[in-house]
Amino acid sequence: MAKLKDLVNKPEILSPGHRLCAGCGASIAVRQILSASDDPVVVACATGCLEVATTIYPYTSWRSPFIHNAFENVAATISGVETMYQSLKKQGKIDKEIKFIAFGGDGGTYDIGLQSLSGALERGHNFVYVCYDNEAYMNTGIQRSSATPRGAWTTTTPVGEVIPGKTQYRKDLTRIIAAHNIPYAAQASIWRWSDLIDKAHKAFYTKGPAFLNVLSPCHRGWRFPLEDTIKISKLAVQTNFWPLYEVENGKYKLNYKPKERLPITEWMKPQGRYKHLLTPENESIVEEIQQEIDNNWERLLVLSGEK
Amino acid sequence: MSIKTAAVTGNEAASYALRQINPDVVAAYPITPQTELVQSFSEYVADGLVDTELITVESEHSAMSACVGAAAAGGRVMTATSANGLALMFEILFIAASNKLPIVMPVVNRALSGPINIHCDHGDTMAARDAGWIQIYSENAQEVYDNLIQAIRIAENMKVRLPVMVMFDGFIISHGIERVDYLDDATVRNFIGTYQPNHPLLDIDKPLTFGPLDLYDYYFEHKRQQAEDIKNSKPIILDVAREFKEISAREYGLFESYHLDDAETAIVVLSSAAGTAKAVVDELRDRGRKVGLLKPRVFRPFPYIEIAQALSHLKAIAILDRSVSFGSFGGPLFTEIRSAMVEFKKIPENFNIIFGLGGRDINEQDITGIYNQLDEVVKSGKVKERVQYLGVRD
Repeated sequence: MAKLKDLVNKPEILSPGHRLCAGCGASIAVRQILSASDDPVVVACATGCLEVATTIYPYTSWRSPFIHNAFENVAATISGVETMYQSLKKQGKIDKEIKFIAFGGDGGTYDIGLQSLSGALERGHNFVYVCYDNEAYMNTGIQRSSATPRGAWTTTTPVGEVIPGKTQYRKDLTRIIAAHNIPYAAQASIWRWSDLIDKAHKAFYTKGPAFLNVLSPCHRGWRFPLEDTIKISKLAVQTNFWPLYEVENGKYKLNYKPKERLPITEWMKPQGRYKHLLTPENESIVEEIQQEIDNNWERLLVLSGEK
Repeated sequence: MSIKTAAVTGNEAASYALRQINPDVVAAYPITPQTELVQSFSEYVADGLVDTELITVESEHSAMSACVGAAAAGGRVMTATSANGLALMFEILFIAASNKLPIVMPVVNRALSGPINIHCDHGDTMAARDAGWIQIYSENAQEVYDNLIQAIRIAENMKVRLPVMVMFDGFIISHGIERVDYLDDATVRNFIGTYQPNHPLLDIDKPLTFGPLDLYDYYFEHKRQQAEDIKNSKPIILDVAREFKEISAREYGLFESYHLDDAETAIVVLSSAAGTAKAVVDELRDRGRKVGLLKPRVFRPFPYIEIAQALSHLKAIAILDRSVSFGSFGGPLFTEIRSAMVEFKKIPENFNIIFGLGGRDINEQDITGIYNQLDEVVKSGKVKERVQYLGVRD
C-alpha cells in the first residue's frame, strides 16, 4: 500500500493552476492515479473538461508528454502512441521504460468512444484507460450520457410536467469492459484514495490493457456544495451506488463492504439533481432505483464469491 | 541500381512500395477496393519482411486516430483507405494536418455512398481537398509506386512536415494488372533516408503538449501558418521529383503535358482517364489535328499559375471532373482552373465535363467526341453548355 508521506513528496504531473473548477472530482482522480506510476508516463486525453481546462494554448498543465486528438478516439490514439513505442523499442531506437495512460470522461468512454476503447482492449495494447465518470456531459453543460443514473436531472433530461428526469438506468461499463477479458479492470473512488492508488499501480504494472472506472463528482452538474466532493464520493460507496471492486484475470474481488448499507436516499438528498425525486409522488421511482441497486449488489456478491 | 520488372495490380505496386518504405507503424482497416493492398502488406508483416508494427484497427476512424498517435510519438506512419473509409476518417484528417504529422496514405478512389457503390470516381478525395493534406493523383500502377516513394520525402521534409495522400483509380488501376518497374530495396531506402523525428511525444525528457485548446487569440495564426506550409511544399515536390528522376529515369512535375505546346485544343483530366486520352491524342495527331492533354498530378497545393500558364495559348479546353461538387458552378478541377485562368488576359474558351461517376466507363469514342466538340467551339466561338454530364441518361 502506498504511504501518504511518500506520495506527497512525489513530483506532480498535473501542475497546479489548471482551470478545472474548485472541488472537481476529476483532477483529484488524475493526481491520485498518476502518483501510482514509478516510471515516466505519456498521457492521452479525450476532449472534455480535463482536456480543455488543462491545455489552453499557449499554456499547459502537463509536466509529462500529453496528447489530445479528438473526443471519441483517445483509446485509438494511445494505441498508436504505444505501438510506435513498441516498434521503436524492438528496433533498438528507444530503451526507456514508459507507461501509457488515457483519460476520458463518461461521454468519451461510455458513449462516443466505446468502439475505439473496445477495439484497443481487444488488440491488447499495453496501456491504462481511466474513465473519470461524472455521469453526464459536463463540458458541454450537463447533458445526459449513458452513465447518467436513473431519475437524475440533466439539461437534456429536464424535470418536466410529465417526465421526472432520466428514465433509463445507467450502463454498467465496468462489466462491459471486464467482458473483454482484459487482465485488469476495476471500479474505484477518490474517497478511498489508497484503494484507488493501489488499483492504479496494479493497472500501470499489468502487462496488457487495464481499465479504471473512477466516480468523479461534479458539483456543477450534481448540484452540491463544492467542498463536499469527497463526502459525496463516500456516500456513493456506502449506499452501494458505486461498489468498489476489481476483476483481475477474470476473477472478481470486492474491495469494500459497507458495515451497514445506507439507503439510496442518503446519496440523493445532498444532490440537487435528485431533488424532484424526494417527493411523495415520485416515491415509487426511488423504490425501483433502490431495488435495482440492491439487485446489482447481490449479483456482485455472487460474482466475487462473497455469497 | 537494379530494376525489377513485374506484372502487378496497382494495389500490389502500392503494397510493394510500403514494404520498401518499411514504416514503423501502419494502422489500417480493409475496404473495397483498397483491401488487397492491406492484405498483401499483412503478408509482408507476417513473413517478417518489414519492421512495421501493424495495428489492425476496428474502423477507419481509429486507423487515422492511431496514425496521429503513432506519428506524434515519433516515427514513420502509413495507412490506406477508400471512399466511405476516407469519409469516416474525415474529422481526423484535419487534426493530422494541423499537427503537421507526415503520414502518407494511398487512397484508392471510389464513389462515396449513397447509394453504395464500390467503383471509381474522385468524389471521396475531392471531398477531402480542404483537409490540409498534400494530394497527388496517379495515372497508373507505375505512378502509384513512384508517387508513394516520393510522398515520404515530401511529407517528411522539415520545411513541409505535412500528411500526403496518393490517389489511384479504384478497380481500373487497383485491380488491373500492368507492367511496373521496381527500384531495388537499397535504392529506395537510401532515397527516403531514415526518419527524422520532430518534437516526438516519446521524448520524456522534453515533455510537450499536443492538440491543446486553441481559441480566437491564436487559432487564426496557426491556420495562417498551415496555409503557408502547404503552399511552400510546391518547390519541395519538384526537388523530390528531380532527385527521383536520378534514381529512376522517370520524370514527374506538378502536372504532365502531353503534346500541349503546339496544340490548339486540349483536355484536362486526372488519373487513369488521362491514359485513355493520350491514346486518343496520338490517334488524332496522326490525322493532323493539333490536340493536347494536361494531366494534373498535384491537386493540393494546386499549381494554379503553372497550369493556367500552360493552358493560356490554347483556343479551347475541356476540363473533365470525375466528381460532382453539388451546388457548385462546376467540378472541383474546373472551378480551380477557370478561376486560375483569370490571371491571364486571354482566356481560352472552356467547358466542364462531369464523367465516370460510380465507375461509369469513359472510352476513346467519348474522348474523341470531346475533342470534336472543342473544334466546334473554336469554329463558332461559342460554348453551348458550360457544364455537361458525359453519357448520362436524362
